[in-house]
Amino acid sequence: MIRFDNVSKTYPKQNRPALDNVSLEIEKGEFVFLVGSSGSGKSTFLRLILREERPSIGEVHVLGKDLAKLSNWKVPQMRRQLGTVFQDFRLLPNKTVGQNVAFALEVIGKPRSVIGKVVPEVLELVGLAGKQDRMPGELSGGEQQRVAIARAFVNRPMLLIADEPTGNLDPQNSVGIMKLLDRINRTGTTVLMATHDQAIVDQMRKRVIELDTGHLVRDQSRGVYGYQH
Amino acid sequence: MRAQFVMSEIGIGLRRNLTMTIAVVVSVALSLALAGAALLLRDQVSTMKGYWDGKIEVSVYFCNKTDANQGSVNKNCSTGAATQNQIDSVQSQLEKTGLIEKIYTETPAQALAEYTKQDPNNPLLTSLTPDSMEYSLRIKLKDPQNYQIVTGLVGGQPGVMKVEDQSEVLKPLFNLLNGAQVVALVVMVIMLGVTLLLIVNTVRVSAFSRKRETGIMRLVGASNYYVQMPFIAEAAFAAVVGAVLASGMLAVGKYLLIDRFLKNQIQLINFIGWGPVFQVMPLMLVLGVGMSSIAAFLTLRKYLKV
Repeated sequence: MIRFDNVSKTYPKQNRPALDNVSLEIEKGEFVFLVGSSGSGKSTFLRLILREERPSIGEVHVLGKDLAKLSNWKVPQMRRQLGTVFQDFRLLPNKTVGQNVAFALEVIGKPRSVIGKVVPEVLELVGLAGKQDRMPGELSGGEQQRVAIARAFVNRPMLLIADEPTGNLDPQNSVGIMKLLDRINRTGTTVLMATHDQAIVDQMRKRVIELDTGHLVRDQSRGVYGYQH
Repeated sequence: MRAQFVMSEIGIGLRRNLTMTIAVVVSVALSLALAGAALLLRDQVSTMKGYWDGKIEVSVYFCNKTDANQGSVNKNCSTGAATQNQIDSVQSQLEKTGLIEKIYTETPAQALAEYTKQDPNNPLLTSLTPDSMEYSLRIKLKDPQNYQIVTGLVGGQPGVMKVEDQSEVLKPLFNLLNGAQVVALVVMVIMLGVTLLLIVNTVRVSAFSRKRETGIMRLVGASNYYVQMPFIAEAAFAAVVGAVLASGMLAVGKYLLIDRFLKNQIQLINFIGWGPVFQVMPLMLVLGVGMSSIAAFLTLRKYLKV
């Protein structure tokens, strides 16, 4: 699903690489936590997968494709098979919940009949049935993140990338979001989640990848947030 | 891609940026109107050149009896009226140059008749005799530009009173029109430059104010084309409105300035009709839309990266 081969990334005008010789593989259907302090290279790791950045050295394979060999105009096609969720939800404030989810389908040219059928289904899946016509501002943070997850999942992606999805949520809402991501993972979608939330990582007992100043320092199945050797 | 969705996105974009959109529309309209005016001025100049080139002649006037009495005024005429020999000599010299298409001769009697025809009520006519008119050669040149050679050749020859080039009379008019055309072109280039900068800036602001939308579009895998299309369409739409306004300005300008004013003031010149005006309009539309779309596209390449 995702493979990094000796990947290093150095941003222009910076001496220290943001990622330094990272190699790892994430299989289909896995649930993986990506942990590390700020500046450890988590964001660069995710940006490389989304091909918002290209590696300075090494190869990144996503969904069986070498991203270096993917031409620019094929990038959108690749991204349609990925879902992304962020800490700040990234909803459109002037569109309703339903329109926000539908937006993801409209911009890739799905016909209206499909949109009309799929949007309520996915909203029900994330637990927002009946809130289709509400505006994002009227919802709680947890609910807004559910909308974002609905939008990320509406295309049934093979891989869901979540960048600190619980970062802005209270513990109770965070648990709800984790349950939802777990449920999505059970449908066969690979989930890669960057997080600082120790309680969640410790509780879920999934694979943990830890980065520190660009180095891969830990890759542990059924791991916890801190070191436990 | 669904047209309805795209149209609504374009509408939202234009409304959100209304003041900038208006600025772009006005700027496009003005620069296109100037471009159109410059093109029409060129048409006007070439229409007139064509009209006058057919008529321009060099006239060689020979001395008559009256001139002899005023020998101090023109030395060439001190010997009296030009003799037939002198006239023939000048004519044969002219024919040898090979520059002449045709030479018409006008005898004093013909000149008087022509003069009478042009102004039958002139009180001077009673006192005029053929002797007070000049014998003249009316020369039609193969290339009107060569009139100076002819003037140099026959001017000052015995019996020649003066050589007159009719194009000299029109020179100031052509200079004025050419000048106006250059001014219109220069102002047009400046206006086009300003318009381009304005479009680039508007697209940039527009792209920036919709960063959230475009960011989401890219994340969910919208194609570049789909992400950029609304911005380009907005610029193109503003250009279409601008071009329509410019067409209106040109039409009103042509009607008021030429049809209502100049045509009555200067009847000698034949002015351009509506044909060239209608020809310029689609040109302005293509120029405006092409220019703003390309400007928008190039701006977006910088500000909406994959």
